[in-house]
Amino acid sequence: MSSLNKDSLSSLLFSYFPIGMLFLSVFNDFDFNYLKIEYFSFNFAHILIFFWTLKNPNHLGYTSIFLAGIINDVIIGIPIGITSFCYLLICSVTAYIRNITLTPNFINDWLSFLFIILLINSIQVTILDLVFLIEVNHLKYLINIVFTFIFYPIFFILFNYINKKITIRLND
Amino acid sequence: MARSRDDFVIAIRSAFLKKKDKQKFSLLTLLFLSIFVIVLSNYNFKIIELVKIGINEVTYRVSFLVSLPENKIQNINSQIKDHIKIYDNYKNIESELKKLKQKQLSNNFLKMENEKLRKLINESIESDELLAKVLIDKDSPFLKSIILNKGTKDKLKIGMAVVDEIYLVGKVIEVNFTNSRVLLLSDLNSKIPVILEPIGIQAVVSGTGGSEGKIQYTKEEYSNKIKSQDIIVYTSGLGGIFKPGLPVGKISSDNIGKINFFSDFKQLEYVKVISHLIEGKN
Repeated sequence: MSSLNKDSLSSLLFSYFPIGMLFLSVFNDFDFNYLKIEYFSFNFAHILIFFWTLKNPNHLGYTSIFLAGIINDVIIGIPIGITSFCYLLICSVTAYIRNITLTPNFINDWLSFLFIILLINSIQVTILDLVFLIEVNHLKYLINIVFTFIFYPIFFILFNYINKKITIRLND
Repeated sequence: MARSRDDFVIAIRSAFLKKKDKQKFSLLTLLFLSIFVIVLSNYNFKIIELVKIGINEVTYRVSFLVSLPENKIQNINSQIKDHIKIYDNYKNIESELKKLKQKQLSNNFLKMENEKLRKLINESIESDELLAKVLIDKDSPFLKSIILNKGTKDKLKIGMAVVDEIYLVGKVIEVNFTNSRVLLLSDLNSKIPVILEPIGIQAVVSGTGGSEGKIQYTKEEYSNKIKSQDIIVYTSGLGGIFKPGLPVGKISSDNIGKINFFSDFKQLEYVKVISHLIEGKN
């Protein structure tokens, strides 16, 4: 009985992992910025949204992603709605890739990820710079894109492992 | 050709309009909603302002609670480091204290002299200070700001100066009912009127997005005047936003144009918000 309870609890924890991590990352800036390395930053939320909406969208709903974007805007102090729009653009690309892909390929996914992070960061900089007249550091955005792209395979392995766990537990 | 175009249209339509079992809204609806929110946040209607304040209040409080474990770990880490360096710190502080005691004597004299001179020209500077706790200090690589636990209920207003002990750290740019946002001096969008002393040149200090600031818009060339001396940067009080004489940072003679701020913005725990009033009786 107790092992059954333990199993159902761990299944529940695993199934809410993507949403939990997304909200934790926007509330708490999970991007190693506290390491205080001058030219280092990456966007964990972009990797998380891209992976889960591509591989297992049932565990990361669009409404949650929209709300997480609003929270992120409030916390970092940019006009509300920009991050939500960018996050949902990631979802659009992953939904499109899912529809046209028969056999998933890591390299294709990774290159698609590069395309989408370049696109959404360009949109964000353009809106902030030209519409809201908020000055931003372009070099830091570029560094952020590079590290986010480089870190994707590491998180891919981790998330893939968790995704397999979730799928096995749901099928049991 | 027509077939591949049809496939593309079907894939796009499916991506934007199809809803999964558990999803309440389609992707297209939420995309339009976020564009609508961006457009609305550009307008300053009363109702939008109230909604924004409500979202800010809730989000800042939750973020503060979520950050508690991480902040606790960071505090323990810095406490351990402090304990390790305790003897060296003691020796440094002891020698600094000797120097400061000597300086204080001459400062007291200058302070009294300054007060007398202000009385002669019938000018007085009155200021109120309000202690505030830093709720959130996310070190974002893009925007540099902190959230304080004081808001309109404590009579905070946009534009007020924020200091760490006596050193300027930024100004209030957004005020909610129980909290407020402070734009730090290091942010790219921060522009503060200052005076470079002892050479007496007016300038504007701008953030760089990094840990230091830079000098902009000086009326005259100052690099020749610096020579081998260090320059202290104070707020000039021009524009009436900041109280004059708040120390901002230091320019070393070997790195002209770059300001090292006195305060470490990554270590802020409590700050003071200053409101001031300059009165002239002429």
